[in-house]
Amino acid sequence: MSLRIDRDHNRFREIVKGRIKKDFRRYVSKGEMVGRQNGKLISIPVPQIDLPRFKYGKNQAGGVGQGAGEAGDAVDPDKAGPGQGAGDQPGQHMVEVDVTLEELAAMLGEELELPNIQPKGARSIQDRKDRYTGVRPTGPESLRHLHRTFRRALKRQISSGVYDPDNPVIIPIRDDMRYRARRTSPDPRADAVVFYLMDVSGSMGDEQKEIVRIETFWIDAWLRHQYGDLDIRYIVHDAAAREVDRETFFHLRESGGTKISSAYTLLDRILTEEYNPADWNVYAFHFSDGDNWGSGDTEVSLRLLSDSILPISNQFAYGQVESPYGSGQFLKDLRSYFKGADNLVTSHIPDKDHIYDSIKEFLGKGR
Amino acid sequence: MSLPLELAAARDEIREVARGLGLDFFEVVYEVVTWEEMNQVAAYGGFPVRYPHWRFGMEFERLAKSHAYGLSKIYELVINNNPSIAYLQESNELVDQKLVMAHVYGHSDFFKNNVFFAHTNRRMVDAMAQHAAQVRRHMDRQGQDRVEAFLDLALSLEHLIDPHRVFLEARTAPIPVTEEEPVDSPVQRIRAKEYLDSFVNPPEFLEEQRRKLAEDKLRRRRFPERPERDVLLFLAQHAALDRWQRELLEIVREEAYYFLPQMQTKIANEGWASFWHSKIMTERILDDSEVVDYADHSAGVFAMPPGQFNPYKVGLELWRDIERRWDRGQFGKDWEECDDYERRMAWDTKAMRGREKIFEVRRMYNDLTFIDTFLTPDFCDRSRLFVYKYNERTRRLEISDREFLHIKEQLLFQLTNAGHPVISVEDGNYENRGELLLTHDHQGVDLDLQYARDTLQNLAKIWGRPCHVVTRSGDKERLLSHDGTEFRER
Repeated sequence: MSLRIDRDHNRFREIVKGRIKKDFRRYVSKGEMVGRQNGKLISIPVPQIDLPRFKYGKNQAGGVGQGAGEAGDAVDPDKAGPGQGAGDQPGQHMVEVDVTLEELAAMLGEELELPNIQPKGARSIQDRKDRYTGVRPTGPESLRHLHRTFRRALKRQISSGVYDPDNPVIIPIRDDMRYRARRTSPDPRADAVVFYLMDVSGSMGDEQKEIVRIETFWIDAWLRHQYGDLDIRYIVHDAAAREVDRETFFHLRESGGTKISSAYTLLDRILTEEYNPADWNVYAFHFSDGDNWGSGDTEVSLRLLSDSILPISNQFAYGQVESPYGSGQFLKDLRSYFKGADNLVTSHIPDKDHIYDSIKEFLGKGR
Repeated sequence: MSLPLELAAARDEIREVARGLGLDFFEVVYEVVTWEEMNQVAAYGGFPVRYPHWRFGMEFERLAKSHAYGLSKIYELVINNNPSIAYLQESNELVDQKLVMAHVYGHSDFFKNNVFFAHTNRRMVDAMAQHAAQVRRHMDRQGQDRVEAFLDLALSLEHLIDPHRVFLEARTAPIPVTEEEPVDSPVQRIRAKEYLDSFVNPPEFLEEQRRKLAEDKLRRRRFPERPERDVLLFLAQHAALDRWQRELLEIVREEAYYFLPQMQTKIANEGWASFWHSKIMTERILDDSEVVDYADHSAGVFAMPPGQFNPYKVGLELWRDIERRWDRGQFGKDWEECDDYERRMAWDTKAMRGREKIFEVRRMYNDLTFIDTFLTPDFCDRSRLFVYKYNERTRRLEISDREFLHIKEQLLFQLTNAGHPVISVEDGNYENRGELLLTHDHQGVDLDLQYARDTLQNLAKIWGRPCHVVTRSGDKERLLSHDGTEFRER
């Protein structure tokens, strides 16, 4: 059903997506509502644009609340204080909600995107696009197809004998009118391949591996939901690397030392052999606890990244999981070595609660 | 659409009960809507039509999402208009519809009789539609982007109106001051004999009188003569604007004034409507099969999750408290002076003036005066109110205490000017360069600097010349300035 407010709503969506009024993006805040997924609280993104106005600095103000509690107890900052709204405003009533996996992926979809994607290759990522491809006998005057209309009128006049070559006046009638017609068609855009690399060495405890699996699972679920037709490859490594299928990737338990270079070497080999950078958008997500074996290997890894992988990648994402054993040195090395490289994104994931933030760091819009 | 028979019957019954209880309301027109329409109407502030602007779409998205995921739902929605218009969601159960109707008659009574609403436009539905048509026409002529950009500027200033002007018709321009310009007169001496003159009119006195006269004269040349709280009015009258821009400013201003009394009476108004719906429903309307659902839904509306302030709940309890106190004669000098706890608890003079009192209060009070007068230490105690503050050390908001005076102070502060900083136009010709000087009446809480800076920029775009605001940051006086492209701070 179409509503009057759709126009305002579309306008708002356009602003949020940054298509119009780009300067407004800095006012867009990621408001969130809280929902529940399998007993775990998740947040539903509700973008809000806050028009600037004179208001009190937040941190100095206080408020009045109601209920139990001792002095010093924290109160929820976003929900306190008497309403700013009008007396006619809706009485609202909060409940918690269960969200299905699919809904969640769709919600994420509004927040995330594959950054920096380029039109490449023949086979494609599907995207929808409206095109004026045909004509039809009815439509708004603004879409009138002058040429076709004229031609039909001419044909009619000639065939009915009204046409006079000495006085070539063409007068279209209602039946002659032709209008441009729009068709929504899949728009082939680009080929993309996504690599997931996971460190499965001994220093990655079960908890760390679980964090990585949850995060890759979500990124994976979302990418599949959003882009459908992607090449997805999985690589696990400890001191040696090998390619595995999806099932193995999510269930494998290994142990051993850590040589990050092994994974990068394998990645590099697969890329050179199978994916021509002219045809493919390349995305890689690497997760590790950052406890690489010796600085020699780190150097090799960094060189591999800078010489062969980064130059042909749209984005290389490195997520470091905090582990009780690891020094986590690799993240620091990466950050200092590639200062300012815009297709390298790093993220630090201290615990499960930060998975969502980390996904947003990797795939967040407007970076 | 006319109401289904079942609803129409419920409405007639409830209306009669409400009348019988002494409520005096506008006629209420109920519209049955789908949940999507409900969210649309709510996004439009209750109106069927508003001018095109993305922020309504933003509100719609928030409401629709929170509805779709079952996080919250809108129960009642009524607008101050004659007749009042209220919306019923078609998917609600009958008992909910009854609750909403009973609640709505309470609101409509409040709209009609509360003095702060006396000058609101009771044909606002028409006015809003008119505004929508005006804005659309300007969009057709000027282009959507230009008009929307200007609306964005104007809306960022929409709180800069004079809350005391609700007693005047917001539409009418203020009466021009026709005071006669006093002639430059020499200082008036007090008549005295010559030899006493230097005692009766000592030179210091004459000097001071001269200074005062000069100051007066200077003040009269100031522009505006007195600080003007209604910044939007000042801009609409004096900024160098195109006609269509002036018209947009006036639209934003008129709508801001229309909504102002609702902001000023949130607690009293919601409390009043809740007081009556609960009375009407529990004493007269509910049948046995509906009691449990009613109680369940009421519990939802009046819930007070930890740390939240629910105006419905606090308002309702205050009204009940007032009725109880005046029924038992707990007011006046004797009551105030009694500090014997036992006697106070048992105090009952059988005055039975509660009903009379609450009707009087609903006519005369807004939230500020309502809280100021009727919030008592007993009440705070019983309702377990507390004050929270930002703790610099832990970087979070924390409960600071339960002192009555602090609670009241904090509430009154939040209710003053509907929680917005008090800002007025001080000088429209600052430094004799046609710049605009505003002052912020600093009451202990600083302005949010980032926001102030962007707001000043918007102001400067409307005024067309640099704009300044005097405020304080901690103990230091600050002058924030923006000339439309660059921000400065002194």
